[in-house]
Amino acid sequence: MNPLLITLQALLSHWRRHRLQFFSIFTGLWLATALWTGVQALNSQARADYARAAAVLTGPGQAQLLARDGERFEQALYLQLRRLGWQVSPLLEGRLRIAGAHPLTVRLIGIEPLSLPSTAAVAGIAIPAFDLQAFIDAPGQAWIGPDTLQQLGLNSHEQATSSDGQRLPPFVVQPQLAPGVIVLDIGHAQALLQAPGQVSRLLLAGESRPLPADIAQRLTLQTPGDDGDLQRLTDSFHLNLTALGLLAFVVGLFIAHAAIGLALEQRRGLIRNLRACGISLNTLLLSLTLELGVFAVLGGLAGVASGYGLAAALLPDVAASVRGLYGAQIAGQLSLPAGWWLAGVLVSILGALLAGVSSVLRAAHLPLLALAQAQAWRMAQGPWLRRQAMAAGLLLLVALGCWQWGNSLTSALILLATLLLAAALLLPALLDGALAWLARGCRGALAEWFIADSRQQLPALSLALMALLLALAASVGVGSMTEGFRKTFIGWLDQRLSADLYLTPQDTTQALQINAWLAQQAAVTVLPGWRAEIRLQQWPVQVQGIIDHPAYPARWPLLEQSPQAWAQLASGRGFMLSEQLARRLGLRLGDSLELASDTLTVVGIYADYGNPKGHLLVSAGWLRAHLPQATLSALSLNLAPERIAPLKAELQQRFALDDSRVVEQATLKRWSREIFNRTFAATTALNSLTLGVAGIALFISLLTLSQSRLGQLAPLWALGVRRRQLAWLSLGQTLLLSSLTVLLAVPLGLLLAWCLVAVVNVQAFGWRLPLHVFPAQLLHLAVLGLLTSLLASAWPLWQLARRQPSELLRQFADEA
Amino acid sequence: MLVIEHLHKSYSTTQGKLAVLQGVDLQLARGASLALMGESGSGKSTLLHLVAGLDRADSGRILIDNQPLDGRLESAMARWRREGIGLVFQQYNLISSLDVAANLSFQARLAGRLDRQWLDCLATRLGLDSLLQRYPEQLSGGQQQRVAIGRALAARPALVLADEPTGSLDEACSDEVLALMLQLVGEAGSSLLMVTHSPRLAARLERRCVLHAGRVRAEPR
Repeated sequence: MNPLLITLQALLSHWRRHRLQFFSIFTGLWLATALWTGVQALNSQARADYARAAAVLTGPGQAQLLARDGERFEQALYLQLRRLGWQVSPLLEGRLRIAGAHPLTVRLIGIEPLSLPSTAAVAGIAIPAFDLQAFIDAPGQAWIGPDTLQQLGLNSHEQATSSDGQRLPPFVVQPQLAPGVIVLDIGHAQALLQAPGQVSRLLLAGESRPLPADIAQRLTLQTPGDDGDLQRLTDSFHLNLTALGLLAFVVGLFIAHAAIGLALEQRRGLIRNLRACGISLNTLLLSLTLELGVFAVLGGLAGVASGYGLAAALLPDVAASVRGLYGAQIAGQLSLPAGWWLAGVLVSILGALLAGVSSVLRAAHLPLLALAQAQAWRMAQGPWLRRQAMAAGLLLLVALGCWQWGNSLTSALILLATLLLAAALLLPALLDGALAWLARGCRGALAEWFIADSRQQLPALSLALMALLLALAASVGVGSMTEGFRKTFIGWLDQRLSADLYLTPQDTTQALQINAWLAQQAAVTVLPGWRAEIRLQQWPVQVQGIIDHPAYPARWPLLEQSPQAWAQLASGRGFMLSEQLARRLGLRLGDSLELASDTLTVVGIYADYGNPKGHLLVSAGWLRAHLPQATLSALSLNLAPERIAPLKAELQQRFALDDSRVVEQATLKRWSREIFNRTFAATTALNSLTLGVAGIALFISLLTLSQSRLGQLAPLWALGVRRRQLAWLSLGQTLLLSSLTVLLAVPLGLLLAWCLVAVVNVQAFGWRLPLHVFPAQLLHLAVLGLLTSLLASAWPLWQLARRQPSELLRQFADEA
Repeated sequence: MLVIEHLHKSYSTTQGKLAVLQGVDLQLARGASLALMGESGSGKSTLLHLVAGLDRADSGRILIDNQPLDGRLESAMARWRREGIGLVFQQYNLISSLDVAANLSFQARLAGRLDRQWLDCLATRLGLDSLLQRYPEQLSGGQQQRVAIGRALAARPALVLADEPTGSLDEACSDEVLALMLQLVGEAGSSLLMVTHSPRLAARLERRCVLHAGRVRAEPR
């Protein structure tokens, strides 16, 4: 028989007798792959949907002409440009409520395929491939993505009805089309959106040239480089998710690494015998690698399937988060390419290599006879601890460097990763030091044994304890950050959202009409909000113009301000800006900014949590004078509580405003809080899963250890220590090691929280949060950590407590 | 001091019940030494484990100073092992996490009978003075067995039970270790019940008997 087969047979026979170990390695790789691929599935789905959305909007590299006031404009301008030889194609966009069993508001996009540039593609379909007749002629076609069609509860070729009773063309499914979008001929869209003769923008083919003066007054050119905002804005969100997924992956690998190491330890004798029988080292290493490969494929397949399930479970929360934060649409269901599944299995193989390579190399480097020495592994721990401490020192230097000189999200995440990894590597040495210190205070024989034996268990438990440390520190860090953010955000929201009613008129004309009508109403204070969208250093910025009113200084909390800041703003000489925009532009109080051919001074900086775009606050007068495209897009009303409901009803009736355009303060706050909570739902879920994985790592390590601990415990029993006492002592040892780990996890978690609020958030979102410490939360997590350890040790200890004397006797007797 | 009467013990195996001890009778006076011999599987270790309170007999009695050992609660059995006996195993069974000094004093401290002078004397007589800070894995087999003997005698137990104490040592080392053990057992005033295969070693004890077919057959000196 082939030596490789013989070796494999001998090695694999181990697993028949050690099924738990088999399960441990499988579980480690399975969980690591599941958590990693789950997060990757969420990110891939989101990115694919952003790409679909971008492709529907303009097509890659598509320049476009937009109205300066950001609103729709007459189709006549399009015709005028065509006559002048411009290669433009009209596009109309709007939101339409579809009625039916599953009502849904969709984004309707009307296009004119005849004039579309031949290089453009709509929903992944090239223009030459269009069936123009079917698309344009009655009844036409309404292109829809499969996910949106499913949400509507309709089938292909069926016709939907809008909430105002109009029938849409029959649906045609386009797999590439972004979720929540319907594309149809512009003629149908104009009818459905009640916008006859109007367009939203003109897609431009070929090179751009200066617009004729009369048209330039109405339209502005947006270059191709200006799009792709969604991708850019959501990058931070997805990078944070990736970081959490990576942490979970590492924790999962700890399990696999611990189990593979122990399996090698238990097979030292077998390996020695195989080599003594003439099996070459190469054959042995090849067999060990093949064995690892089998684990990787099994764990990978299970992990990818579970990762898909995890992603499907978390997708609604992630979709709600990005919709709330960035207005981006993600489909409600996963559709992942085949490559993703393959990548998942490859990740598992990579994980198995990472987790197992050190054990395989250790087997290769140990001399033949040393393999038989049971204590060799433990004896090797001393130098290993020193090497780990040195590696931790190097990582801490990298962390220090990132903190001092890093200025990007990547460097912030490297800071986090190196800090966590350094702490994990230092943990065994710190625990050993703490136990050595405790040993000095021990007087009794059992107390002395208790500490000495705990130190002896450290090498076998250190990986599981590292996993617990990482998971707990991540929980403390993310928990403190989330709670701190919640506290800050709610306080900020309470101040900022102090008007009783918020109105969003359909356009400026209507806003002015409503404003005029409200001026005639008694005891109603109206704060009009003028807005314009501009770009500063390629970054989208909302400019808000406010009137001079005492409500603003009272309700608009400022992080920093110059003396007389509000008066300077009202005078049109000063402006305020959001913290994230100030960081992006490198502006501080007193600095100047060239804006719309005027120079304004920074007089205040304020927090603007959750806004991915930049925000500028100027006086309404200045805004209307310098940015003519500014629109009156919002009105904030203050009035007596008993008048809110009647006024709301009257506004809705008089100006045909639906519920989404007239919102009460409480509703707005509830929406904001819901978005906030859902934003962190996926984070919290991943965090809990990571802690669970650490618990499993500890459980598996303790269970495996308990099987080899009889040899340590039996002499004590023979010397007069009762079995129950031994079980309690073993529990005490686990709890001691866990408690010390928890004690170290709390300051590490707080350091992590500081990194998150002061470094990562600043780089990812542009805002810095105050660091809050919540003692009750820390206590809760510490208890949770200890409970996890208690649960992990319960089964192994129960087994130990019920060990029959005969099992202990086998440790001494070599005859019956 | 030790009286064993009609002791029976059997084990359940896949082939059915295996009767190991079938009515063992034995006596050991205070301060006396007895070598228990027999073929492999004759039940020597089983008898030793029953006397040590590590296992329980099916029937018969073990009397220690006229007090029955059977029927005691586990806590009382543990106290007997802690305070009444000293155990020496073939495989030493030292506590690997503790150094030689802690291993030596371990049982005496558990029993609350730590006598520093006696312990120092034991360490010197056993040649362990220079090894006190070492760990078991850093010692040779002979050195480990010396530590095990010292640990068993540190509390001056009434009875020392030794199961093939020199089984893992070479002949010269065996003789040396056994001589030391006999001397120290005498100095501690303990009785000794030793299981051995070797007639040569057994001959050095005051009495010897053979366990055969589950019963004891005494062999006069």
